[in-house]
Amino acid sequence: MDKKVATFTVKKGLAQMLKGGVIMDVVTVEHARIAEEAGAVAVMALERVPADIRAHGGVARMSDPALIQEIMEAVTIPVMAKCRIGHFVEAQIIEALGVDFIDESEVLTPADEAHHINKHLFKIPFVCGCRNLGEALRRIGEGAAMIRTKGEAGTGDVVEAVRHARSVFGAIRRLENMPDEELMSFAKELGAPFETLKETKDLGHLPVVNFAAGGIATPADAALMMQLGVDGVFVGSGIFKSGDPPLRAKSIVEAVTHYDDPKILAEISKGLGEPMVGIEVSELPQTERLAERGW
Amino acid sequence: MKVGVLALQGDFAEHLSFLRRLGAEGVEVRLPSHLDDVDALIIPGGESTTIGKLALAFELLKPLRTFGQTRPIWGTCAGAIFLSTDTLERQHLLGLMDITVERNAFGRQADSFEADIHVAALDDAKTPFPAIFIRAPLIARVGPNVDIVAHLPNNKDNGIIIAAKQGHFLATSFHPELTGDDRFHRYFLSLMKT
Repeated sequence: MDKKVATFTVKKGLAQMLKGGVIMDVVTVEHARIAEEAGAVAVMALERVPADIRAHGGVARMSDPALIQEIMEAVTIPVMAKCRIGHFVEAQIIEALGVDFIDESEVLTPADEAHHINKHLFKIPFVCGCRNLGEALRRIGEGAAMIRTKGEAGTGDVVEAVRHARSVFGAIRRLENMPDEELMSFAKELGAPFETLKETKDLGHLPVVNFAAGGIATPADAALMMQLGVDGVFVGSGIFKSGDPPLRAKSIVEAVTHYDDPKILAEISKGLGEPMVGIEVSELPQTERLAERGW
Repeated sequence: MKVGVLALQGDFAEHLSFLRRLGAEGVEVRLPSHLDDVDALIIPGGESTTIGKLALAFELLKPLRTFGQTRPIWGTCAGAIFLSTDTLERQHLLGLMDITVERNAFGRQADSFEADIHVAALDDAKTPFPAIFIRAPLIARVGPNVDIVAHLPNNKDNGIIIAAKQGHFLATSFHPELTGDDRFHRYFLSLMKT
């Protein structure tokens, strides 16, 4: 029997299994267990959540492989890890650990100012951030098997995730009504690969799963992103920087399932304790905005 | 005929688009009341621990077990795990199908794979079925009333059990909903008529 591993179908397939779910940032084995217990579909193993990366400053790099491995051993759900934009050796190391998914992430300090990783060369799938359709399609062209909004990580302010989701879905709505002879100019305008743009037009959605990330802090934020049309959410600092992480984690999981039912959302939003203390994105200087990273 | 797809988490939209293609009415099931006048149910792929926890939180475990007394249920991957009586781990299960399922039995994501398999029960059985295994489980034990529907050949013994049927329950450790081949969906719909 012929077993085909690492095909794009298999890479994209894992992202499809995560749909309707919440992927949570965790920095310790204990966090990972709390996330799994709350119903996370996967965890992102990190040394510091984005809010602390902001506070700490300096160069943010891939996490210690020992920490990633401990977290892999502690849970049965898929484990993701982040590498720097363009840092293909960090990605090779993460792949060698047997991690299930790599996030080539703007939350870490970019290692290459012009190029992202050639993700086709890897056996495990990648997720990448985007602010608009052109950026999403460039990442898919490089081999990303999953897309997420960039949002503005570590702020607890959902405004950027909303902007990025609206930008992607708005461009897809324009695309759907566009005659084929206008596609090439639109591809040029977006800086998007033509074939992937054509595929998106034919499907009426991105050819891969599309999550929201960056600034999601409450069940209502998560449901807002779902109603805008994303397939699931990443929550970074929003859970473990809040007053009651297990309860908040569980309620965000439930909000993603029942995103369209305001009565249930009202019920699960009650008494969650303090949310993370946020930073308003409009008050962040341009140089401190992580979403600007990526090309 | 109305076919419910458990829509707590996972790739339920992919199953719904197959049902649409086959002319069946598909409905999303998130709460017990959504099971009213549904004739059969599909439990999709996803994360089985998440699906189990959400089913518990929204009081679906008992209604789903009652539903299964009289109506067909098909579980793909996480859905097969959720249908089983045992997974060797502590998680919420429906316990409707007398099988033991071993989770992530082929390894982590780097070991996920595609393979063409032969399934005698399907239409046009000579044409192989494109099976997609994503961090897939295997069926380690089947009870006396369970029929084996498909094996994955291996070099050691008779092969690994990857699909099984017990009366009107069907379990597959792979994902027909991720393929372009609708024969497994047609096979399941045929269980509604018997």
